[in-house]
Amino acid sequence: MDALLSGLSLLMSFDVLVALMIGSIGGVIIGAIPGVGPAVAIAILLPATFALPPLVGLVMLLGIYGSSMFGGSLPAVLINTPGTAVNALTTYDGYPMTQRGEATKALGLAYGASFLSGILSILALILLSPLLAKIAPMFGAREIFLAALLGIVLVIVAHRGQIAAAGMMAGLGILLQSVGMEPVKYTMRFTFGQDWLTSGLDLIVVVLGLFAISQAFSLLVDPESAPDAAPVKGGMGREMLGVLKYKRVAATGSFFGVVMGMIPGVGEFTAQFMSYTLARKRSKTPEKFGKGSEEGLVASESANNAVPAAAMIPLLALGIPGEALTAMMLSVFYVHNVVPGPALFRDHIDFIYALYMALLALNVIVILFMLVSSNWLIRLIRIPTRFLGMMILMLSFVGVYSLRNSAVDCAIAAAFGVLGLILKRLHLPVVPIILGMVLGNIMEVKLRAAMARVTSPLDFVDRPIAAFLAIVIVVIIASSIRAAIQNHRLKMVH
Amino acid sequence: MERLKSFVELFQRQRRPGDFVFATAFMVFALVSLMLLPQETRWVDKTPLFAQPAFWPAVGVFMMVGFGAIHLIGSIASERSPGRGKEMLYWARSLEFVAWFLAYVLAVPVIGYLPASLLFSVLLVWRLGYRSVQSFAVAAVFGFTVVAVFKAGLNVKVPSGALYAYLPDSIRTFMMVNF
Repeated sequence: MDALLSGLSLLMSFDVLVALMIGSIGGVIIGAIPGVGPAVAIAILLPATFALPPLVGLVMLLGIYGSSMFGGSLPAVLINTPGTAVNALTTYDGYPMTQRGEATKALGLAYGASFLSGILSILALILLSPLLAKIAPMFGAREIFLAALLGIVLVIVAHRGQIAAAGMMAGLGILLQSVGMEPVKYTMRFTFGQDWLTSGLDLIVVVLGLFAISQAFSLLVDPESAPDAAPVKGGMGREMLGVLKYKRVAATGSFFGVVMGMIPGVGEFTAQFMSYTLARKRSKTPEKFGKGSEEGLVASESANNAVPAAAMIPLLALGIPGEALTAMMLSVFYVHNVVPGPALFRDHIDFIYALYMALLALNVIVILFMLVSSNWLIRLIRIPTRFLGMMILMLSFVGVYSLRNSAVDCAIAAAFGVLGLILKRLHLPVVPIILGMVLGNIMEVKLRAAMARVTSPLDFVDRPIAAFLAIVIVVIIASSIRAAIQNHRLKMVH
Repeated sequence: MERLKSFVELFQRQRRPGDFVFATAFMVFALVSLMLLPQETRWVDKTPLFAQPAFWPAVGVFMMVGFGAIHLIGSIASERSPGRGKEMLYWARSLEFVAWFLAYVLAVPVIGYLPASLLFSVLLVWRLGYRSVQSFAVAAVFGFTVVAVFKAGLNVKVPSGALYAYLPDSIRTFMMVNF
């Protein structure tokens, strides 16, 4: 209880509250504009938050992360274009409802499901935190190494149908993070004798290139489009309450969101897929799914909005980001010399609670904002896409150049922008590169520390959590290979 | 032969135009990295394998080669969709905007952040085909707002332009600090 109150007092400072407002409302606006998305916004804002205290910076980024999915449902429902990638499933049922003249109802249900799952997931995590505080210190160097390895394995196998592409991108990320002067033996790695490579490739430069600049290039090269949407009429508040008709669907979606969010490398898409599939299986009208089903809409929106809070768990408890957005947030910790991990959970649980309460508050702020501003937000959908490309490119410059005023960094970011554009066009995954860079670095440091106390390979897994993680890794790899073979056999039969 | 065919079919997947070109280019990059591994990393005596400076770059490169090979086989084994040339032209078209971006980067330390941003936004909007006065005005206001928010507001590190040194004394410092 003391920790909870202490967390509340941390949150109640003017700077943090302003950051929360900017993050929450900014996130909704960013989410509502198709083609921007939270990754682009966080990447651009990241260097600007380095000057802020850690809690202020994190609350702002967390605000964008948590609220963008609310905003993303608006264009998904109204114009069949998801504002953020995770709102794609919302279009399946949201847009058909709009076509039937039920746009207000669809938006109300989407907002209601997002709000309910957001609150449920945060409450679940606040209740889980004392347990996590007890478990987290059991993670030593070898457990963190294995958890990071598990993250890499999961991010590869979670890309079904693209496992090879995800694997090669993760490998590229691991190689990229190793470029520069190696910090123990002080030898150079892949610097080709170039001084500018000695300090390595900055994660933020790569992130900005792959997410923001690539998106700008894509918008600039693509033909112009300025989608239009009709204004929303009717009482949104009353429609939001309609989600209570589907309490079970929303609670199940939230459960999947929390569980999948906590597992590194998995995230929103798996949670949504499982929530949607289960809701359809349990539904009395499964034939309506994909054609404007209210249950389908609630299932997808509740699952994706439960993830942000849960995704903070591996980041805060173990220092292991599960996806690209939390990987970016890790930079904020590093810049302030705050090391996320077991010690943070053990010694600064008030900081953790402050973040959770910020998430709670942002859900309330966002829902109030959405209720009064949906028609205003529709105007943002109409920003011409090529103009938006110019805006993102200009903002990306600040993100990259302000890091160390280096034109070389900008050139590297532009090169990654072209790579990101190509990957997007080919529908190849980008996230494994980022996770490869972040988790590769963690694995390198932790393996070295862990092996100093290990004499035989079995010593490495002689602690229960290490043994459990090792078994999980082996089982996941084995079952993934088995699934691929079975899939192939099925194809051969047909 | 049947076995080999069946094995290759294991890697079939959805393939988009340009997939083979990218898969091949990535494989070449991975193999070149593999060849350069001994030159570009060190093997230190009396150091265990996991602590070798070359260990993690090698892990990355081997993953790139292994998975890259599977990806390339998948590309060869999968049904080809037409439009490779058109797709590569699309990729190449992004290079024009790389040039715009780098010109902006190089202009900032010379003419200053605010003038470079105003020029960049207005000229790029013109290049994109917008011709109305309203478009130019919105672009200029956006450029100014970005500079005001990030440089004057958030004090991000962007150097003042060399040309600012020639400004009158009364506004020189103000411009250097804020714009």
